[in-house]
Amino acid sequence: MSTTATRPARPAGAPQSPRAHWRHRLAERGVDQQLWLLAPAVLFVVLLFLYPFFYGLGLSFQPTEGGPLSDYARFFGDAYQRDTMWITLGIALPAALLNVLAAVPIAYRMRGRFRGKRLVTILLVVPITLGTVLTAQGLLNFLGPTGWFNRILMALHLTDEPVRLVHNYWGVFFSLIITGFPFAFLLVLSYLTGIDPTLERAAATLGAGWWQRFRMVTLPLLMPGLATTFCLTFVLAFSVFPSAVLVGNPAGETRVISIAAYQAAYEQYDYPYASAIAMVMGLIELVVISVVLLARTRFYTGSTGGKG
Amino acid sequence: MSPATSGFSELRLDGVSRRFGSQDALSDLDLTIRAGEFIALLGPSGCGKSTALNCLAGLLPLTAGSIWQDERRVDTLPPERRGFGMVFQSYALFPHMSVRANVAFGLRMRRLPKDEIRRRTAEAIRLVRLEEHADKLPGQLSGGQQQRVAIARAVVLEPSLVLMDEPLSNLDAKLRLEMRTEIRRLHQSLGLTTVYVTHDQEEALSLADRLVVLRGGRVQQIGSPQELHTRPGNWHVADFMGYRNLWPMRARSVEDGLVTVEADGLRLVGDPVGRIAPGDAVIAGVRPEDVRVDAPGAPNGVPAEIEVVEYQGRELAAEARTASGVQVHVRTEQRVAPGDRVTLSVTPQRLLVFPADADEQPAAAPGDPVDAVVEEPGLVG
Repeated sequence: MSTTATRPARPAGAPQSPRAHWRHRLAERGVDQQLWLLAPAVLFVVLLFLYPFFYGLGLSFQPTEGGPLSDYARFFGDAYQRDTMWITLGIALPAALLNVLAAVPIAYRMRGRFRGKRLVTILLVVPITLGTVLTAQGLLNFLGPTGWFNRILMALHLTDEPVRLVHNYWGVFFSLIITGFPFAFLLVLSYLTGIDPTLERAAATLGAGWWQRFRMVTLPLLMPGLATTFCLTFVLAFSVFPSAVLVGNPAGETRVISIAAYQAAYEQYDYPYASAIAMVMGLIELVVISVVLLARTRFYTGSTGGKG
Repeated sequence: MSPATSGFSELRLDGVSRRFGSQDALSDLDLTIRAGEFIALLGPSGCGKSTALNCLAGLLPLTAGSIWQDERRVDTLPPERRGFGMVFQSYALFPHMSVRANVAFGLRMRRLPKDEIRRRTAEAIRLVRLEEHADKLPGQLSGGQQQRVAIARAVVLEPSLVLMDEPLSNLDAKLRLEMRTEIRRLHQSLGLTTVYVTHDQEEALSLADRLVVLRGGRVQQIGSPQELHTRPGNWHVADFMGYRNLWPMRARSVEDGLVTVEADGLRLVGDPVGRIAPGDAVIAGVRPEDVRVDAPGAPNGVPAEIEVVEYQGRELAAEARTASGVQVHVRTEQRVAPGDRVTLSVTPQRLLVFPADADEQPAAAPGDPVDAVVEEPGLVG
């Protein structure tokens, strides 16, 4: 700007100054002054994610006693600790799967326009705003031994004694459904509205019934979105902590891996060991996500003609 | 492929109507389509033509009326059980399936034997000349190629009726002409009964055996291309058929089957369409190419001045204005230029005189209130 304004105009066809030429080449590759807009985000990622991550990674290889890998060996060698992996996977995988599967038919029905759509959407999404603690409180009151649910069951003589639905596996599971479903629903809904509804109409005129239309046209186009949704809800569920303590049985069947890490850090004050557990946790998530994303590449991921 | 084997003799639409809320998108459409016929539904956007097509396809339930295929009632069947093929404006190809799989889809739905599916799919792909693209995904094809896939996908089933919803409107002008010929060629070789929706009168005239002109959800006229071209039934149809000159005038006298009309100091003799009595408000219409342009001072003409000239190849399209201020669209092979003085004349047989509507004038016509109707059918069934 200022450079061109102050200089005398070049004759037409004269080569550009090397500096302007260089700037032009950079701009073509997407390097220009607007890149500075990314600076806060980069700073944020470096300070709040990358630095702590690598600090923790380094810490996990510096155990208080033994060789660099001895904290990992300690974790995998101790059945009580090792089992937290399976416990967490046993809660997170079914919960994520159920969230995605439950979101599909509801989002499928909700993608068109109809009366009261906004109200239904609000009702489905409200649990996001509640937070885990409020949800846990509600679950304890509703599903607890003297809660409404058991009182109704007993009043109907469906059961003689209260069914145990909190302070065990099911309490955590329900809590993950309540908080995870709205995310899954919103994501699936946006993927579904990205699929051109004319495609299903075309399939109908070609003789496909509703199930064939869904299975052969909509579902294959939706699969990549479902895979992404599954990954996100899985990560949310895998790092479950508050509800595992509040509505679960943190000493037994819902002793999830984050509890193991918490106990190492804040009950034993063994930060290297806690870091090692956190690294194992991250690795498991990475493996699950990689498997799902690898499977995702087998589906068509291009344009689906909708407005999304 | 053999000509339509579905063996029906006529498809009858009986008072077919569709309302959206309080808006009549289509009212009382009566139409009998003979097997093998090519029908074009023609009209401006929002006239109800796409509504009619979606009602036929079963994608939109009727609010009144019925549809009969000979003695079989079809309007109560869901789309997948009607056996009609449809070509959509947006093509609606399945993006995750190859060209071959798209074309085979309908055959697979009918659970035909594998080798029959393979044979008929290959045949349909050859018919639209896409053999070398058979294994590509639709996203890798051009617009014209995608449209050909959509047509192959619809005709491979040899449906008793093919429905086409403005199939050429997303193509550029050159491709549109090519595909028009292609569609005509396919219809001639396969003889499939076709209902074709378009807002392009030229497309409709060149493709169809019969045209149905719709306006505001109501049928204005049904007839052959010649009938509609030379003798539109009312001034709305005339407007749509290229009668660019439509002047509100008043009838003076009627004799020998000709009517003399007058307005703004202009006195013309024309051919009445419908009943016209002296004193009636009328609309006189003439095509630009039927206005004769002569040198100034020629007898039996109206003096005018050329205002705007558009080059259109062999001919020029020009806008002229008479001394009394009437605007006239003309087409002429003469090299006129803006500012030239000319004499305009029209032979009485080419000037059609229509009764005027009580409430509407041609000049105010563009804002058709029915344009606001949203034609977005939901999937039913």
